[in-house]
Amino acid sequence: MTVFLVLIVLFLFAITIWQMKKIFILSKVKPQDNSQIATENDNNNQGKLMLVFLVFFYIFLIVGFWNWSSVLLPESGSEHGKDIDQLMLISMILIFTVLILTHFLLLYFAFKYRGIKNRKAIFFADNDQLEFVWTIIPVIVLSGLIIYGLFTWTDIMNIHEDDDPIIIELYAKQFIWEARYAGTDNTLGQANVRFIEGVNTMGVDLSDTYAQDDVPVRELHLPVGRKVLFKMRSQDVLHSAYMPHFRAQMNVVPGMITQFALTPDITTADARLSDEIIKKVANINTLREEKSKGLVAKGFEALDPYEFDYLLLCNKICGASHYNMQMKIIVETQEEFDAWIAEQKTFSQTLNP
Amino acid sequence: MSTEANVHAVDHNDDHGHHHHKQTFIDKYIFSTDHKMISKQYLITGLFMGIIGIAMSLLFRMQLAWPDTHFTIYEIFLGKWGADGVMDPNVYLALVTIHGTIMVFFVLTAGLSGTFSNLLIPLQIGARDMASGFLNMISYWMFFLSSIIMLISLFVEAGPANAGWTIYPPLSALPQAIPGSGAGMTLWLTSMAIFIASSLLGSLNYIVTVINLRTKGMSMTRLPLTIWAFFLTAIIGVVSFPVLLSAALMLIMDRSFGTSFFLSDIYIAGEVLHNQGGSPVLFEHLFWFLGHPEVYIVILPALGITSEIIATNSRKPIFGYRAMIASILAIAFLSTIVWAHHMFVSGMNPFLGSVFTFTTLLIAIPSAVKAFNYITTLWKGNLQFNPAMLFSIGLVSTFISGGLTGIILGDSALDINVHDTYFVVAHFHLVMGISALYGFFAGIYHWFPKMFGRMMNKNLGYIHFWVTVIGAYGIFFPMHFIGMAGLPRRYYTNTAFPYFDDLANINVVITIFAIITAAAQLVFLYNFISSIFYGNRPVKNPWRSNTLEWTTELKHIHGNWDGDIPHVYRWSYDYSKLNKNETDYVLAGQDFIPQNIPIQDNEEEMNH
Repeated sequence: MTVFLVLIVLFLFAITIWQMKKIFILSKVKPQDNSQIATENDNNNQGKLMLVFLVFFYIFLIVGFWNWSSVLLPESGSEHGKDIDQLMLISMILIFTVLILTHFLLLYFAFKYRGIKNRKAIFFADNDQLEFVWTIIPVIVLSGLIIYGLFTWTDIMNIHEDDDPIIIELYAKQFIWEARYAGTDNTLGQANVRFIEGVNTMGVDLSDTYAQDDVPVRELHLPVGRKVLFKMRSQDVLHSAYMPHFRAQMNVVPGMITQFALTPDITTADARLSDEIIKKVANINTLREEKSKGLVAKGFEALDPYEFDYLLLCNKICGASHYNMQMKIIVETQEEFDAWIAEQKTFSQTLNP
Repeated sequence: MSTEANVHAVDHNDDHGHHHHKQTFIDKYIFSTDHKMISKQYLITGLFMGIIGIAMSLLFRMQLAWPDTHFTIYEIFLGKWGADGVMDPNVYLALVTIHGTIMVFFVLTAGLSGTFSNLLIPLQIGARDMASGFLNMISYWMFFLSSIIMLISLFVEAGPANAGWTIYPPLSALPQAIPGSGAGMTLWLTSMAIFIASSLLGSLNYIVTVINLRTKGMSMTRLPLTIWAFFLTAIIGVVSFPVLLSAALMLIMDRSFGTSFFLSDIYIAGEVLHNQGGSPVLFEHLFWFLGHPEVYIVILPALGITSEIIATNSRKPIFGYRAMIASILAIAFLSTIVWAHHMFVSGMNPFLGSVFTFTTLLIAIPSAVKAFNYITTLWKGNLQFNPAMLFSIGLVSTFISGGLTGIILGDSALDINVHDTYFVVAHFHLVMGISALYGFFAGIYHWFPKMFGRMMNKNLGYIHFWVTVIGAYGIFFPMHFIGMAGLPRRYYTNTAFPYFDDLANINVVITIFAIITAAAQLVFLYNFISSIFYGNRPVKNPWRSNTLEWTTELKHIHGNWDGDIPHVYRWSYDYSKLNKNETDYVLAGQDFIPQNIPIQDNEEEMNH
C-alpha cells in the first residue's frame, strides 16, 4: 500500500515538474520580455496548474484515507469515549465538507478567472446579504457544535460520588508510573513528597489510618463496567496521564491532585478479539518480522511478537526518557480483578512483614 | 484629532524632506534609523534564523523516520550529542525546543512583522519615516542581540534549553530534571526578555506612527488592510508580551533566587526541594496569555499582506473591506480571551474549559468570514499569477485546512484525546506556521522591487511555490493520522514499545516530503540573493498597484518622497472601477487608480 502511495506521489511530482518545465520553455520563447511580471502565458499556465492542484488535493485526501485509516485508534474501550468518538465523527464530516467545497471554489476560481486576453475584472466591493449569509451560517453550525461539545465535556468531567467509583492514585515520576489502590475502605491515605523514604516511594503518610490498606502496584488492573476515579500526583515535573484507548487524558501536576474518571467497558481479552485490533496487530507483527530479519542478519536478537494491551502513556514532555514512560493497563472481569487484588500486598503488609 | 495629526505630518515633512547630509557606511547600513534599511535588516536576520530553524527540523525529522539508522550528519552538526551518528535524546528535545522558539519568535514574529511593518507602515500611510527612527533602530539591535544570545545558547556545555518551546516549569526550572535547564535555559530566558523589550519598542512605534503620521486624506477607513493588520498586531503585542516577560522574570526568580511561584512539593534526585505553594498551572496561564495572542501576532500580518496582494493581482477591490476590518478587530479582541484552550487537561477547573471552548469556537466566525471574502475577491477577477499571488492563494488554502482542525482542538471534549499529539502539531503548523510563511514569501516576492530596486525571477518563484505547496501538505496531512492514532509529540523515538510500529512508514513519508520542501527553499534563497545583485530593474509600479509605496522613486531616499508627501483622495482598492457611463475604466485604459489621484468627474464617489 505504501509503495502504491509513494508511486502516486512520485507520479504527481513528475507531472508537476513536467508542467514547470513547460513553463520554463514557454517563458523562454519570448526572451525580450524580462520584466519578471506574469505574462498572459504565465497566467494561463499557472491557472491550469491550480486545477491540477485541485485534483491532486482531492486524490491526496482519498489516498490518505485509503492508506492510513488503519492506523487510527480502535473503538473506544471506555463508556464516555463513545460519545467523544461520535462528536469527533460529526466534526470530521463537517470539516471535510467545508474543506472540499472551499477548495473547489478557491482553486476553481483561480483557474477560471486566470488573467487572459481582454478579460475585465468586475468592480464588486461589497454585498451585505452575502456577508450576512456567511457570517450567520458559521454562527449556527458552531452554536450546534459548541452546545453538543459542552454537554459531552460536562458529562465527562463531572464526577458523582454516588457512582461509587473505585479510587486509584496514579503517581508519576521521571520516567515511571506507579499506582495505589485505595483498598477496602476505598479512601486513599494522605501523602506528600516529604514522606518518601526507602520502599515508601510514593510518600504515603504511614501514620494515616486510611493508608494502611492502600495497595501500591506497578501494573494497572481495572474491572470492566465499573467506574474508576483516578487521582493523580507527580513528584517532580509535569507529566500527563494519557490513555488513548479510553479517550482519557489529564496532566499530572506536582503540588496538586488532578483527577479523571472513566468506566472501561471492553476487557483486554475481548479487545484482542475485535477485528480492528486483530488486523492492526497482524500488520504490526508483519512489520516487526521484516525488521527482525534485518536484525538477525546483523547478529542481534529478533523482536518479540506484539500482543495488544491498553496503555497509559506520558504525554507531557518530562525529560530525556519521556518517550518511554508508560504502563500497561489490563481490563478484566470483576472476578479476575478481585483475585488479582487479593494477591497484592497492602502498605502495612509491605512495611510490617 | 486627524487634522491635527495631518498638520503635524506636513511639518515633519518640511523638516526632513530637504536634508541631504552625508551618510557614512555605519549610519547607512548598520546603525541606520531609516525604516527601509531597518526592514531589510529584520528580513535578513529573520531569514538567517529561519535557515537554522528549518535545518533543525530536518535533523529531528530524520531521527523520527529512521530511529535505528546512524547518520554521520548528526555527528557533524551536533558533535558530542551525535557521536557515532546516534542522536542523544536530550539533544532531540533541544532541537524541537529551539526549532519552535526560533520559528515562532525570531522568524514569524520579528522576521515577518518586523520586516513588513517597518517597510510598509510609513510608505503606505504616506509618512517620511517611523514616529521614532531612533527607537526603531534600538528595537532592531535588541532583536539582533537576542538572536545572538539564542544562538550562543546552542553551544553551552550542558546543551541548550530543551524543555519544549513552552518551557513549562518545573522541568524548565530544575537542571536536575533535564540538562538543558541549566545555563541553556538561563540564556533562553535572557534572550527572550530582550526579544520582548525589542518587540514592545517596535510595536509602540508602529501604533504611534499609524495613529499620528497618516498623510492628508488617509482616514482610518482608507488604510490598506496591510496597515490595519500591522496596527492590530502591534496592539496585541503590547497587551500580551509584557505578561510573558513577567512569567519569564518569575521563572528566573524561581530558578535563581529560591522563590516558589511555580514550584511546590518536589522530590528530585534523591532530595526534597524547599519550594512550597507554587503552581505550574499559573505559569501555563501566564505563558498562554501571550502564547495564544502570539499565534495571531504571527498570522495577522500574513493575512494583511495577502489581502493586499490578492486584491492587486485579481485587479478587483478586496471583497468586504469593512467586514475584513471588523473581522481583524474581532480576531484581535477574541485572541486575548481564548488562551486556556491550551490547558483543557492541565488540571484547571473544568468549568473554565467550558468558557474557553465557547470563546475559542467564536473565533472561527471572523476567520471564516475572511476566508470567504478572499475567495469572493477571486471571483470574476482578472487574476495575475505573479509568485506573490500564488503564495497568497496558498495561504488561503492552508489557513482553511489548518483552521478547520481547530474546531476539533478548540472543543474541550474532543481535545482530551488529541491534546499534545501530532494532531496538534499538524494543526498549528498548517494554520500559523505554513500560512504565515506563505504570507512572508508572498510579501517578499511582492515588495522585493521596493526593498532592493530589483525584480525576483518569476520562474524560480513558480518552482519554489509548487514544490513548497505540495511538500507542505505532504508533511502535514499525514501527520493528522499519526496524531489520531494517539502518538504523543516530543517523543524521541516511536519504537521504544511496539504499539506505534505501524506508524513508521508514515513517518518516513513525512520526512521525505520535509527534505524535498526544504530543498525547494534553497531555490528561493538562490533567487533572493542573486536577485539582490543581478535582478532586472523594475518599473516604478510593477504590479500596477494603488497603494502609496509605489508612488515613491525606485532609489531609496531618506524621507521616502523627493518632493511633498502625496495626499490621499480614495481608498486603496479602486481596481477595475468603471466610469459613470460604464464605457471604460475611470482612467481610460488603466484598470487601477492610485490613492493619490483625486476623484474624477466621470466617476461615482463611493463610501466603502
